[in-house]
This record gives sequence, C-alpha cells and structure tokens, in this order.
Amino acid sequence: MPDLAVDMRETLQNAERVPVLKAVDLHTWFEIRKFGFFKAGDVRALDGVDFELYQGETVSIVGESGCGKSTLARTILGLHRPTKGKLFFNGKDMAEFTKEDMKAYRASVGYIQQDPYGALPPFMTVKKILEEPLLINGVTDKNERQKRIQSVLEEVKLSPIEDFLPKFPHMLSGGQQQRLVIARAMILQPKMLVADEPVSMLDASVRVEILQLLRSLQEKHNLVIIYITHDLSTVRYFSERIFTMYGARIVEKAATASLLANPLHPYTQALFKATSDPDAANLKTFKEVPTGEPPSLMNPPKGCRFHPRCAKIIKGKCDRFEPPEFHIGDDQSVFCWLYEDQGKQ
Amino acid sequence: MRAIRNLLNQIKAYPSAVVGLCIIAFMITLSIYAVIKIPYREAVRLWKGGENVWIEYPRNARPEWFNLFYKEKQPVTIVMKTTETPELKTVTDLGNGIAAQDIVFEFDYQYDGFPAELSLFFTSKFTTARPNVEIKWITPDGREINMQSMSLRPSEAYRISQDTRLPRRLNGLQPEKGLFADPANPNKVLKGTYQLVVSGLVFEPEANIEATFVLYGKVHGIAGTDHLRRDISVALLWGAPVALSVGLVVAVGTSLTTMCLAACAVWFGGWIDWIIRRINEIVMILPLLPILIMIGLFYSRSIIVMMGCTALLGIFGSGILSYRSMFLQTKTSGYIEAARAYGASNFRIIFRYLIPKVIPVLIPGFVTQVPSYVFLEATLAVLGLGDKDLPTWGKLLNDAYSEGALLTGHFYWVVEPAVLLVLTGFGFAMVGFALDRIFNPRLRGL
Repeated sequence: MPDLAVDMRETLQNAERVPVLKAVDLHTWFEIRKFGFFKAGDVRALDGVDFELYQGETVSIVGESGCGKSTLARTILGLHRPTKGKLFFNGKDMAEFTKEDMKAYRASVGYIQQDPYGALPPFMTVKKILEEPLLINGVTDKNERQKRIQSVLEEVKLSPIEDFLPKFPHMLSGGQQQRLVIARAMILQPKMLVADEPVSMLDASVRVEILQLLRSLQEKHNLVIIYITHDLSTVRYFSERIFTMYGARIVEKAATASLLANPLHPYTQALFKATSDPDAANLKTFKEVPTGEPPSLMNPPKGCRFHPRCAKIIKGKCDRFEPPEFHIGDDQSVFCWLYEDQGKQ
Repeated sequence: MRAIRNLLNQIKAYPSAVVGLCIIAFMITLSIYAVIKIPYREAVRLWKGGENVWIEYPRNARPEWFNLFYKEKQPVTIVMKTTETPELKTVTDLGNGIAAQDIVFEFDYQYDGFPAELSLFFTSKFTTARPNVEIKWITPDGREINMQSMSLRPSEAYRISQDTRLPRRLNGLQPEKGLFADPANPNKVLKGTYQLVVSGLVFEPEANIEATFVLYGKVHGIAGTDHLRRDISVALLWGAPVALSVGLVVAVGTSLTTMCLAACAVWFGGWIDWIIRRINEIVMILPLLPILIMIGLFYSRSIIVMMGCTALLGIFGSGILSYRSMFLQTKTSGYIEAARAYGASNFRIIFRYLIPKVIPVLIPGFVTQVPSYVFLEATLAVLGLGDKDLPTWGKLLNDAYSEGALLTGHFYWVVEPAVLLVLTGFGFAMVGFALDRIFNPRLRGL
C-alpha cells in the first residue's frame, strides 16, 4: 500500500512537470518569391522561440506590432507549419502527429481572434456557427449538439439562448460577437485557449467583462490561456507569466509580479514606460521612448536584435553576439548581455 | 424557404423586377405548354415535314389577328373532307356496278379578300376502270362554271388555281379571283354561299372516291405560316423551351463551375492556381463567335455541341478572375482561419465557408447572363448555324431573312421571334438588375 501512495505522488508530480505545450527553438519563416518562382528570401516571423506552458497557467505575450506574436499564435494553432524546431503537446512531438492526432489537437485548442465580426461567418446563424466545430469533430447526435450549444452559451452569458440561436453575427453587438467567438472556442471543451488580442477591437467598457469571462473560464476548466496583446494595462490583471517578444524572439520571460516590479530587458523597460495610465500628472511628463524602427525580419540585425535602438548598448558585444538566456531569481529570465554577471545561463 | 419569401418581398419593391418575373413566368409557362402540346419528336417531324405535312396550310399567310386591324377581312383556310364528313357525298346506284358519287362542298364565304389558292385532292379506290369526275363551281348568284372533267388515278390533285384553261372562262382572271369575283366589279368578292360540285362516276362495285377541298386562306393561326406552309407558331412555341434551357443551363452551369474552380484555385493555390490562370489567359484571347462558326461549319451544328463549347469557353472566361479576387479576399478572413483552427477539411472550407460568401454576387450575375446566351443561340441560328432539327426563334429569323420577309411584306415573320427574344432578354435583365441591388446594397444609391 505505501508503495502505491508513493507511486501516486510521483505520477502526480511527473504530471505536473510535463508541460502542456513546449516549444523548442521554434522557427516560422515565410518565403518571399520573385516573379512567382525565384526565392528572394525569407521573412523570419518567428526565429528561435523556446517556452514551456503548464496546466492552468495564463501567459501573456506582449510586444509591438510585427514582432511575431500572431505568428506564434498561429504556429501553436497548427495554421503554420514550423520551419524549424519542435512543438510538444503533452510531451508528444507535433511533427509526428497523425491525422487523427492533429484533429484531436485542434479540438483541444480554442482560438479567439482579434476582430470578432471578421471571425464569424456572416452567412451563418449563431446556432450554425456553434454547430460547425461539433459537426467537424464528429458529434453526430443532434440532442448532444443542442445540449452543448446551450451550456456553452450559458457559460459565456449569452442569454436568453433561444433569442440568440437564429441571429446572424451582424445582429449582435461587438461584445456579444466576442462572447460568441469565445463560445465557439470553448464548445469543443479545449485544454488550451489562444487569445490573439481578444479585446483590442472592443469598447473599453466591454473589455473588462470579456477578460473577466476568460478568467472565469480559465479557473473553471483549468485552462492554459495564451493571451497575446500589446496592451500592457490589461496583462497585470490577467496573467501569471509574461513573455516579451521583440524581433521574432522572446527577449524576457517572467512572472507577472516580478516583471512589473522590475523589468530587466531594456526593451521591456521601454515598453512599460510607453504605457499610458489615466493620470493627470502624465500631461506634464515627457516619456523616453526608444528611437528607431522595429527591425527588418527579412534581414534582422546581427547580435541582439534590439541593439540599434538600445540606450545601454555594450559596443563590440551586443552588435556581434546573440545574447543567451540569463536566469535572474526564480521566476525571471532575460536575453540581454547586461545581465551576464548577475544571471546564470 | 423563409429566405425565398424574404427575397420575393424585397423584389416587390422593384416594379421592374415584378414585370421581369412576370415575363419569365410567362416564358416558363409557354415552354411547359410547348413541350406538353408538341412533344420533341413531333416538333422535329413537323418542322422538317415539308409539303406533305403542311399540305392543307396556306403559304405565307399572315396571323389571323391581322383581321382585327383591317377593314377588309381576309379569308381563313377552309378544309372540307369527305372522309371526315361523309354527308357531303351522296351515292346512287345506277346498276351494272356503275354508281354515281356526287360530292357537294358547300361553304359560306363572307370575307372581303380573295383566297390564296384553291385545291382539290382525290383519293380513289378501283381495280381497272378509273373513276370519272366532273367538277363544277356554283356561285351565290346561281352562275354555274364548269371547271374540269377528269379520270382519276388512285391519288390525284387538282390545283384549281393552277388550271390554265379556267381563266378563259373567267374573263381572264386568275381562278382564285375569278371564281369569287362579283361580275359587276371584278375587284370585289361576291359574298354568299358557294358550292363546288363534284359529280363522280365509278364503274366497279367496290370503287370509291374520296375528296378533300382546301380553300387556302390569307390568314392563319396566331402566328401565320412561312414559305413552306409551316405554321410559325410551332417554332415560336418550341423556341421558348430551347431558349430558356440554353440560357439557364449554360449560364448556371458556367457560373457555378467557374466559381468552384476559382474557389479551388484560390484555396489550394500553387500549381492548381497556376494552371487555371494560364488556361484562363489563353481562353480570354480566344474569340467565341469565330470558334463557334468554325465548329458549326466543320464539325457539328448540334445545339449541345455548340452550347457545350460556349460553356467550356465561358467557364475559363473573365468570370474566373473576378471570382478569384473575391475568394482571395475571403480566404484571409478570420472565420476561415477559425474554421481551420477547429479542424474543417479543405472540402468543407471551400463549400461551406468560401462559396456561400460569394453566392450573393453570383445570383444576379447568372440571371443577367441568361439573355446573353439566349441571344448567342439566336445569333448562331441567324448565321445559319442553328441546330439542324430543332425549331427555334433564331431559325425563324434565318428563314425570314433568306426569304426576304421584310422586302415582301411578311414582317410578322421577323417581328414575332424578335419580340419574344427581346422580351426574354428584357425579363431576365430586369430581374437580374433588381437582384443585384438587393444582394449588393452599395448599388442601391445608384
């Protein structure tokens, strides 16, 4: 008997240790062609990304436009095939997935998009929209479908349900549309949600409601949520960990509290400085924002990708060698030469 | 069902579309009526029939309703047959196997115009001795005119109008005129009851004479007749189903196929897209009409071959480009991405997500395309490349043109099919434009 208890504990610990999603050196490149035939180069939208996500965790990915956030989301969703590197889902390599595995994987990952109206087929009713994922994933029983549609609409608080079922997306408000998108993402009872800027197109008044809804869903179903945003004011209320991306790479990974208290990477610092708070005092302060432009992803800068804009550049190092990951404390790591002495590789 | 009712409600707001729908409904009824009344084989037989089928019909007669507009009423065709009305014939046995068979064709002639022709057809039964007939004409004022006496072969036709000896007895007038003319005024018809008396003698007990008298009128039916005595209404009737089916099948077929091809090209991209675009580029520079003319001249004039060819060229025509651009736009939309994310198959995405988005543009498109194919078929027929068997509107126009209908005053021969063609085009165009406005609200302001 005691052996069994030990076994149980071990398996539980192991289960905790196996990440739901693990990315190893993930690259997604898009080919640019000349005259439709000749290769002119690649856009390196994702250029070497590593991370691990555990059950029940919410991770925010922040960064400016064009830094590869959405490409990361789509690569995770299986919409883009990684050019190089590996993705592991529950410890299984996605490159070795069979067709059935892929289907099961797609059913266990929900997708919430930025533009709720664009994300809903305009010619389908609410009922049809919610039925489609069920039909595709082999829920043939009509009553079963009906039941699941009912329960998912209740969960996203679109009620009275009967009123909504025959409506078309354009008859719903922005907030209702986004709730419908969330309902569609939830209807297959996924383990993971990828939310690509889910509130950026919504009114400020609706944003909080939608984020609270996501939060409650996450707590109820113990979901992994990947929350992609460029709006730093929302991340602090929402996520346990934050990844900062710059130039197709993750530059800093940290627990939310640590990052907010002490952002390490010069880019993260700049990003936080640029966040506006509704404070009258801000009117008179001048914000220091890094000059220059986001790097070209076709021909990224050598060394650290941020070095052309970085104020704390170490000449001869930052512009020549790519910084490795330095771990600072228990829950923070940064890709920056400034922390070579403090951190362990 | 509800969608259709909705659509009809919206169409009501456009009076032109209501008119268009009525025209289309009329054409469809006409087609159904035509196909039921004159089955396909019968239509082909009638139209190819030649003189024997149409022997009791006048040549180049105007439609009957012309009489409504003229003070001088023209005669309609009168046909009298002893086989159908045996009362016309009285048989008196004269003994020795000889019998007198007297046939009296009596008719009331109240028209202002002279008939076009007069003919008398005999069929007789005998073994050796030919029956003998004497033919006499009795006018309403009691004049008796001896016309002919002849011995009969089994089948004999006496074309009264072509009898060269008769005019001498009729003051030099042509028989069809002289027999009916008022003696006081030879240009006027003497109205009243005329009799054509055929006194026949048969010399065998079993022998028999049957006769048919045809007075060819100058007006006939609702559409008139052509140079081969054919009733134009047959072709007018049968033109409707041919035109509608050609227009609808080709328009719907090409639009749907084009759309599916464009959707596949856009969705799969790569070499499929490449091939479809190259074919489209080649087809775009091929001239349709010259190709059809060459096919008609050298291969086949069958309507199926011709329209099949049109459809084939239409499928890869310019439509594929506009659909392609619409699909390219739709392909990147969020809901397609979402569908991929929850595992929809390629097939499902093309038919459930891509195509439904474009359907609203497609429907008005093919409705307005219908007349262009109807006119194309007519154009080919006018150029003499119409289907060999089928009577169509285009072939009527072709016949009218080659017989110089407009120069000889048979304008109805041109006007009737032309009106039907224009009407069809008009109906579909009006419905199409209204649908375009309903489906594409941005056009409403225009």
